[in-house]
Amino acid sequence: MSKTGAVDPSTQEPLLPLRAASEFAAPTPRVPKRILVLGATSGIAETCCRLWAERGDSLFLVARSPEKLAAVAADLHTRGAAFVGTTVANLDDTAAHPELLAHAINSLAGLDIAFLALGVLGDQAQAERNFARAAEILHTNFVAPVSLLTWLGNYCAQRHAGTLAVLSSVAGDRGRKSNYVYGSSKAGLSAFLGGLRNRIDREGVRVMTIKPGPVKTAMTEGMQGSEKFADVDKVATTIVKSIDAGQDVLYVPGIWRVIMAVIRIIPEQIFKKLNL
Amino acid sequence: MATASTASQPEPPKSAAPRFESWGRYPSLDAKVLPMHWQGDFPGIIDGVHGGALAVGMGRSYGDVCLLNDGTLLKTTGMNRLLAFDANTGLLTAEAGITLAQILDFAVPRGFFLPVAPGTKYVTLGGAIANDIHGKNHHNAGTFGCHVTQFELVRSDGTRRLCTPTENPDYFDATIGGLGLTGIIRWAQLRLRPIVSRMIDYEGTQFHGIDEFLALNEQSQHVEYTVSWVDVNSSGRNFARGIFMRGHHSNVPAPLTKSSAPKLTFPFEAPGFALNSATVGLFNTLFFHKQMKKTVTALQDYEPYFFPLDKVLHWNRMYGKRGLLQFQYVIPWEHAREGTEAILRAVSKSGLASFLAVLKAFGDAPSPGLMSFPKPGLTLALDFPIKPEKSFALFKRLADMTREFGGRLYPAKDAAMTPSQFRTFYPQWERFARYKDPVLTSAFWERVTGGEVAQ
Repeated sequence: MSKTGAVDPSTQEPLLPLRAASEFAAPTPRVPKRILVLGATSGIAETCCRLWAERGDSLFLVARSPEKLAAVAADLHTRGAAFVGTTVANLDDTAAHPELLAHAINSLAGLDIAFLALGVLGDQAQAERNFARAAEILHTNFVAPVSLLTWLGNYCAQRHAGTLAVLSSVAGDRGRKSNYVYGSSKAGLSAFLGGLRNRIDREGVRVMTIKPGPVKTAMTEGMQGSEKFADVDKVATTIVKSIDAGQDVLYVPGIWRVIMAVIRIIPEQIFKKLNL
Repeated sequence: MATASTASQPEPPKSAAPRFESWGRYPSLDAKVLPMHWQGDFPGIIDGVHGGALAVGMGRSYGDVCLLNDGTLLKTTGMNRLLAFDANTGLLTAEAGITLAQILDFAVPRGFFLPVAPGTKYVTLGGAIANDIHGKNHHNAGTFGCHVTQFELVRSDGTRRLCTPTENPDYFDATIGGLGLTGIIRWAQLRLRPIVSRMIDYEGTQFHGIDEFLALNEQSQHVEYTVSWVDVNSSGRNFARGIFMRGHHSNVPAPLTKSSAPKLTFPFEAPGFALNSATVGLFNTLFFHKQMKKTVTALQDYEPYFFPLDKVLHWNRMYGKRGLLQFQYVIPWEHAREGTEAILRAVSKSGLASFLAVLKAFGDAPSPGLMSFPKPGLTLALDFPIKPEKSFALFKRLADMTREFGGRLYPAKDAAMTPSQFRTFYPQWERFARYKDPVLTSAFWERVTGGEVAQ
């Protein structure tokens, strides 16, 4: 199943009974993936989790609100997840990360995929005037993921296995006046992921940068034109498929790869005068 | 969201979101729409908003039970989680904003089906309870509410009540068919029924006139699903001709796959003249004669059997900008035959085109719902394109006839009944009003009670 290079020999079935069974039974059932989801009550994360649950994967969910987390966990359990573990945590607290991650991985009995979906849109207007607001956005969207990825990157690199799939954003591809604080937090995250991939891909760890365009979720509600944003079900389907395929950088919906390529090549002389 | 922004900060640009419409697209009212994602969102979500509020789902009811003027509509479809399922009993618990389509996607591959399936699967669980919807099996299964075992209701003051037939039974009964006015349903539990196949054994039989219909109906009491399509545009020898459609779940085990998503969308609003008596008469004649023989049998997938119109998203655009008017009555058996004939003649004479006319006999199974629409007798559902000079006059005449025959109209399909008609149809309305939440209201309720209910 797994596309990762190294396979833990202890999970391999002996060859002979497998061949014998396959002659009588349906194809061997797929081994459930062990998936850690950080920021599990976000719209995109929850929708991805439903797809994983429906195919019988094991999930460990971390989120801030106990009520929301309980509802999401009940849903995923009902949909068929092999296992659903939860921990309520504020992921801004980076000091608690090592213990949290170790507990999650112990509960899952290992790790195949870590999906990082923590993030806030923040309020650009406030962040422009008040550094404390800007620092909060940078902390949640950049510093906290860096802390998590440092631990997870080393864990996976030691084992030569695992996928780290991280939600960044097209907003990180170029700073714009309408959301450059959020954008710069995601730009930093994308750069960090690029470097991490460059370092540990050769160790057999997939590092995936996911750059969604605007998606219809609770986060983007009330934004101008939000009824035209991408459908979260379609976005999640693409993300789940691309994680399986081990893609490096995913723009979703795909048209954003083209849009951002155009936006990136606009000369700064012109760009600085645009209202984007 | 004025509450969220500080004084120094300009309001975020208001998105030009389209108005929330009911399926009939009439009336068109302006209300703010706030999406709900979590069971705990209410009542905090309406802190500081002015005017009334109302939970809404997919907007598939036709008239104004899902509309508000100058209030706040709480769209529940983001609150769509499954909470528990017991494959031994078929009991499914889910948040109220889940749609029946989403329930079917989950249940069918596990060998279960809805206990009552309406004519569209794009309605929410909460909406199905609030309108106590019915289906082709009403004569032996009763309404949707008959299969709801419990739910949790939250009031605008934050009070939460578990409602079952034995715990808070008065709120249980008032909420089933309660048009969303008794509180917000956080989650509900529903008893599903087992199936072994997606397929329906179908049998269609032509009939001419109400007497032939009644004879077929009498022979079909044991059949699980019965419904008839009636041609209401023809007169003379062809008066009240139609097709009596029987069906039951196939007993032959077959793969229980998930349905695929619909691919067709009605692309534009048809011009007002597109539906007239000539085009609809032609449609009805073709539909009647599509079935060449007196009786046709077939093995049919449940999707086209139960939800034929769901194949085309936004099919209501066919009725153009002005929308459509639905009319559905039930007339008790005592006057069912004469009442139905008289109303069919009045429709046929009016020359107002109607297709998708559906005739069905309701059974005796009582619903727990205090304000539930079905009762034993004949029910007929019609729809008309709205032609201002004619449709409302006809509607008023048909509603008065319904009242004379001791029947009543279905609030979920109504946009025009008068306060006096409503009070005759639902004399229990004053008892019901005691359970109404002071903050929750709807355009329908304001219209039929004329704002007379003291809070």
